[in-house]
Amino acid sequence: MKLTVWTYEGPPHVGAMRVATAMKGLHYVLHAPQGDTYADLLFTMIERRNHRPPVSYTTFQARDLGADTATLFKKSCQDAVDRFQPEAIIVGASCTAELIQDDPAGLSETMGLSIPVIPLELPSYSRKENFGADETFYQIVKALAKPQERTARVTCNILGPTALGFRARDDVEELTGLLSDLGVQVNVVAPLGATPSDIARLPAAHFNVLLSPETGEAAARWLEKNHQQPFTKIVPIGVGATRDFIAEIGDIIGKPVLIDESRLRMPWWSRSVDSTYLTGKRVFIFGDGTHVAAHARIARDEMGFEVVGIGCYNREMARPVRALAKSYGLEALITDDYLEVEAAIEALSPEMILGTQMERHIGKRLGIPCAVISAPVHVQDFPARYSPQVGFEGANVIFDTLIHPLVMGLEEHLLTMFRDDFEFHDDAGPSHHGGKAKAKVEAVVEEAPAPQDDNIIWLADAEKELKKIPFFVRGKARRNTETYATQKGLHQISLDTLYEAKAHYAR
Amino acid sequence: MNALTPSNGGCRTAPVLKERGQREVFCGLTGIIWLHRKMQDAFFLVVGSRTCAHLLQSAAGVMIFAEPRFGTAILEETDLAGMKDAQTEIDREVARLLARRPDIRQLFLVGSCPSEVIKIDLAKAAERLSQIHAPHVRVLNYSGSGIETTFTEGEDACLACMVPVLKSTEARELLVVGALPDVVEDQMLSLLADMGVGPVRLLPARRIDDTTAVGPNTVFALVQPFLGETHSALERRGARHLAAPFPFGDEGTTAWLRVIATEFGVSEETFEAVTAAPRARARKAIAQAAEVLRGKSVFFFPDSQLEIPLARFLTRECGMTAIEVGSPYIHDALHGPDLDLLPAGPQISEGQDVDKQLDRARAARPDLTICGLGLANPLEAEGLSTKWAIELVFTPVHFYEQAGDLAGLFSRPLRRKAVLHLEAAE
Repeated sequence: MKLTVWTYEGPPHVGAMRVATAMKGLHYVLHAPQGDTYADLLFTMIERRNHRPPVSYTTFQARDLGADTATLFKKSCQDAVDRFQPEAIIVGASCTAELIQDDPAGLSETMGLSIPVIPLELPSYSRKENFGADETFYQIVKALAKPQERTARVTCNILGPTALGFRARDDVEELTGLLSDLGVQVNVVAPLGATPSDIARLPAAHFNVLLSPETGEAAARWLEKNHQQPFTKIVPIGVGATRDFIAEIGDIIGKPVLIDESRLRMPWWSRSVDSTYLTGKRVFIFGDGTHVAAHARIARDEMGFEVVGIGCYNREMARPVRALAKSYGLEALITDDYLEVEAAIEALSPEMILGTQMERHIGKRLGIPCAVISAPVHVQDFPARYSPQVGFEGANVIFDTLIHPLVMGLEEHLLTMFRDDFEFHDDAGPSHHGGKAKAKVEAVVEEAPAPQDDNIIWLADAEKELKKIPFFVRGKARRNTETYATQKGLHQISLDTLYEAKAHYAR
Repeated sequence: MNALTPSNGGCRTAPVLKERGQREVFCGLTGIIWLHRKMQDAFFLVVGSRTCAHLLQSAAGVMIFAEPRFGTAILEETDLAGMKDAQTEIDREVARLLARRPDIRQLFLVGSCPSEVIKIDLAKAAERLSQIHAPHVRVLNYSGSGIETTFTEGEDACLACMVPVLKSTEARELLVVGALPDVVEDQMLSLLADMGVGPVRLLPARRIDDTTAVGPNTVFALVQPFLGETHSALERRGARHLAAPFPFGDEGTTAWLRVIATEFGVSEETFEAVTAAPRARARKAIAQAAEVLRGKSVFFFPDSQLEIPLARFLTRECGMTAIEVGSPYIHDALHGPDLDLLPAGPQISEGQDVDKQLDRARAARPDLTICGLGLANPLEAEGLSTKWAIELVFTPVHFYEQAGDLAGLFSRPLRRKAVLHLEAAE
């Protein structure tokens, strides 16, 4: 048993629902008790979908357990096929149904249905949502993809986008446009928007673009092995990654590709002088492996941030994220326990977090700005406007996303100059975020400063001076000074120590 | 039968359409979201799966990030394979939890579908843990599993498990049962105090040390229509139920208070003096909101068991017509008084086969459909106006001062539809 308060991922059958809900003409018959239907609201409320997810729940109750839950499953299965007339169904069990071992796969096989029935085995007590989506999509592809001729023109499939994905809708559109500019037509996008007959057509494409490794890699690997379709390894999030992705496409189709970059504004926005203030901002990055890897590169190479922490919650990506962190001189934090993430952020006191909705809450608690870059998602991660992450427009969007939570250039200087101003002070927060401004409360000066560390004591005047430093750099100043004092073997931090440390770390 | 009985007879003896099939409802674990706020020294530890944790997180809508007083002990493969002893595992997790949260005085071990299916004995665990952590912490257990409880039945199961450990009393007391927001509870207590009714005890009490007790001279009134098990448990302790319509709207609140007033011999004069002003306010507030509701039709999908009392409120006080009133369960002892008052006409249904019910709703094209979050946007996309049922459980809606807000919850979707002009100008 493991005590959990908030989770980054749902159970694996929710992953299967993300695939089923993304598709058309597919129905999911889920052996599950009353209450598991809560998952519908993830799609109808958070994603604002205007259709119910195509899922039939058998809704067994305690009194059914002694009787015949298997018959109940078969009835639900038949009812779903009759009512919704899908081209294919997937069948499986939620965590409770897994325990009663009714074997949905075997049961549905005996029913003699005229459409393909794809059984799912999703171990609820050892795996999670992303695995569930990846495995479900793989099983669907394996069952339905048919050997066939390649298309005459160069085409590819886009694999991986699901319902409830982070910006999946807009990423597909941006990527389709990018590929079209490269002279590559999209054969099928799957699972998002695909029907079972579209899945059958997957092998007609010349190669696959793996947009979301978390939810599409198993299918991409299977298609590579069984239908000789290579797949892309670079996810085009960020300027550099997009350019590398374009080169990768060139290698796959065997001819050089040229692209018009006139829509790409991000590099100039980052080079322009207003962005100078971004230099060396200490950021902590946490999310799913793919988005974390992309944002590590963006943060360091394209925004000029200093990356002070990297981690992901999906263990499937632990290995690449560990390797990535090492190349940044860091040790990766691989955990799905948000309390551990919170502790890590608190200890590092970064100036900004690039994270998920969970880290946004952590940031709120610790007073650290946060930009959301990855699932798990909330209703605000489904904006009405076009807001892709991939490609050139994605890079533009990400630049805006990353600077929005921060105090901007000149404002930062003004705060430093007039930090004792009664309105324009630390606690007021960035001026473009409403509702935060509050009157300055005169701090009570503590007589005896509390020791900050086992060995190091802040003297009163140094502590007082520290409080004059603007809030968005105070954490860094405190850490740097303490590190400096430790290095020098000092046990007390005086005003002089503070400024010596400042000079030491000047850049 | 009394002066309030509708002229065409009520719905108490109307035939009930009983259905079973796919249910689009939450399980009883959901009640933890409001119960842990109500009982400020309680922690709810669900023994369940990742699905349970995910449900609590999703049903809460937004994460209550000030470290919530609930959590899930997630069962892992090793627990299922019997490689670890579940009881030892629970002891360890509880010890860790209580060490971190010394403010916790009551701990509820909450059973889930998986823990019920693999038969983890939480009663045994609660008994043992109570001994270990007494006197500082009391440990109780109940099941909020979907195989046994539907949405609000979770609160019922929670309160029912507290009844056997309530102190005994011989005193003649009124016990008011059901979780209410504090502000509403205070209004109710002040109305009762003004009528001279007392002492009044509450279940659930806000803290463990409160003086709630029960005995043969206790009479109890329910403020929530989903407390069937708690009702039985209190009767087993010798207490007597004061059956009444539920305190929604002017009429419901007055009828509810009148039953208590009669029991405690409150004079008609005093009753009038205490209720006249808030009744007048309630009527005025309802009338404003009811302008858009009058003459409109309403269709209830089953959700919280609040459907019958609310249908009574909407038809009698807001001028609506009910087409179908679905409830997950109907208990005559609890819902009878409201069914008596609900004018005959609507289809009363119990249980759910959601696809068939959706067919009926689409055929009836009601002006307003009350349904769960999973159905609301899909029905809106089909052109129906909807009200999410869960808001009725998460919003202060009881008694006089909230009667206008209650009507407002139903009128807002219709008002919104009227104010939006998204098409091109002609």
